[in-house]
Amino acid sequence: MSATFVGMPAFPAAARAATGDAQLRHNLRKATHTIRDRRRAVVEELDDWPRLRAAGRAVKDRVLRHLDHYLERLEEAVTAAGGRVHWAADAAEANAIVTGLVRATGEREVVKVKSMATQEIELNEALAAAGITAYETDLAELIVQLGDDRPSHILVPAIHRNRAEIREIFRRTMSEWGVPAPDDLTDDPAALAEAARRHLREKFLSAKVAVSGANFAVAETGSLVVLESEGNGRMCLTLPRTLISVVGIEKIVPTWADLEVFLQLLPRSSTGERMNPYTSVWSGVIPGDGPQEFHLVLLDNGRSATLADTVGRQALRCIRCSACLNICPVYERAGGHAYGSVYPGPIGAILTPQLRGTTTELDASLPYASSLCGACYEVCPVAIDIPEVLVHLRERVASGGGHTAERAAMAAAGWVLNDDRRLGLAQRAAGRMRGLVPRRLPGPGAAWTDTRDVPAIPAESFRDWWATRERGGGPDARGPADGRGRTEGGR
Amino acid sequence: MSGSRERILARVRAALADVPRDERPGDVDVPRDYAREHGQGELIPVLTDRLLDYRALVHRVTAAELPGAIAAALARRGAARVVVPPGLPDAWLGEAGPVAVPDRPLDVAELDAVDGVLTGCAVAIAETGTIVLDAGPDQGRRAITLVPDYHLCVVPAERVVASVPQALPRLDPRRPLTWISGPSATSDIELNRVEGVHGPRTLEVVIVAG
Repeated sequence: MSATFVGMPAFPAAARAATGDAQLRHNLRKATHTIRDRRRAVVEELDDWPRLRAAGRAVKDRVLRHLDHYLERLEEAVTAAGGRVHWAADAAEANAIVTGLVRATGEREVVKVKSMATQEIELNEALAAAGITAYETDLAELIVQLGDDRPSHILVPAIHRNRAEIREIFRRTMSEWGVPAPDDLTDDPAALAEAARRHLREKFLSAKVAVSGANFAVAETGSLVVLESEGNGRMCLTLPRTLISVVGIEKIVPTWADLEVFLQLLPRSSTGERMNPYTSVWSGVIPGDGPQEFHLVLLDNGRSATLADTVGRQALRCIRCSACLNICPVYERAGGHAYGSVYPGPIGAILTPQLRGTTTELDASLPYASSLCGACYEVCPVAIDIPEVLVHLRERVASGGGHTAERAAMAAAGWVLNDDRRLGLAQRAAGRMRGLVPRRLPGPGAAWTDTRDVPAIPAESFRDWWATRERGGGPDARGPADGRGRTEGGR
Repeated sequence: MSGSRERILARVRAALADVPRDERPGDVDVPRDYAREHGQGELIPVLTDRLLDYRALVHRVTAAELPGAIAAALARRGAARVVVPPGLPDAWLGEAGPVAVPDRPLDVAELDAVDGVLTGCAVAIAETGTIVLDAGPDQGRRAITLVPDYHLCVVPAERVVASVPQALPRLDPRRPLTWISGPSATSDIELNRVEGVHGPRTLEVVIVAG
């Protein structure tokens, strides 16, 4: 994965700035709560949801455990259906392949369907460097592209923008790219959608080359599946002469019938709809209908390295629904940009460090961008245990370079906790010194207390209280000596 | 074939060193105890309810009433030129006058100039309010249901199934498939659904039962 967000500070610094932005917090809260409620309603409508989820998880595990087999099947099926398959080990190779394919058509413009894979490899920038203009056609992607902005959400990359901001971006920038926004444009969402329709219409009707991703690739039949809402996907997948689809190697499902699971799980988890407005399925080239030249670019770019980690591997089950973003208390407050990756939120916190490694300060900080509350796991339609992977990646980060203070603290804690007598002495010492504990920790601990209070230390430890109580106790045997609950302030 | 095929396959195989050599894909158990359908009610009322929820226009008619219903819908819309697929049953437009524009095929500009499109469908899914087109003779190639702003779609009751799992076996993935659940929409502005972006902004459905 290449560095989309060059020079980004680590998550805590970026999140601090974001949480201070009241407009951003308001936009995010409104949007995430809207989608949460819609998701819950349509998920509760299906009484077999837990069983669908178990099946979705198992189908993806089957694919991942035999990915080499399914990649070969997919290649065979796509080729038999008249498509051409290309293999890209990393972002640079994928960009070179796509650039070469576009050049071969003689065109200088492409229309694009929203695709996480092409964002991940920064395809638009690579095409621009080759003198090819890529037009994003998804409404939210268009808002991001026109606003010279970065995506902050997997499903709705412009979730951080409200309608008034979108109106301003359209009025200011549409004319630089093509058909301008109408003079009397209001911030009514229907009017904004209409402006986008008019702006992109001529592009769709004249485009010769399109670039897409895919939600699923069926190994058995060579079918690619794209779910969308606006019809921009259908435009790109149907009208141009040449179609190039960049697809991560983990997007495979084994059989056509397996889609019965995912076409139920994804729309309800993603947009909170029973079904998204449009889903397109195509296998290779269909004579007389749609693109007559089809290229599938299979992208590794860190996925095989992720696959090698038997705990972290489950992140590759992700179907990019973004339910985990919408439910996450950290995402709701920090926003997507703080994660410094096209994959924000809980799934980004486990996917980005695995795809990119943890060599930068930002990527090493991502496994800590969570309170481990577990809500992300609860809503995940393919049951990715995100907290488990977060903890696993924290271990990896802590045992690698950096984070020496934490390593030392953990080693000291282990020395105390592993010995009953040492623990008793340490607790009594802490109890006697409780008045001396500052509200804000010094040194490296300061970062922790920037967002938390130091837990109150009880005058008497639970162990001492228990021992006293067992010896016959006194009238105060109901709780520790200061009468305060043991857990207060100690989350 | 190009690029790093062997390199990627080798990396994947190395990454899967923990998977027993004799394990076959089918050995990874997939529990299939989820529902084949959800018993949400009679098919036609459920389909109608879901389509209305997406703000499609919906009518229910008998086979004898169909030509009249089509003519009335086109008249309400003010649609004088409607593109039709090559295998559309002649009777469907029997009462509508000379509105049919055959797809010869038409180019994109011609498609952009018609007032709408009239098609049948391959399958409809009640639980999700979804109509599936498979480019069959009464549906035509994908572009004709995409470029015009108005799609009038006839759904015969015998093509309605309850659920997604019931729909897939009826569809041939080698054909180009378009699953349509209501008119074009977006949720990109504050995550509120707004109908009408690039696809047909009006979807009108005539369900033929009895």
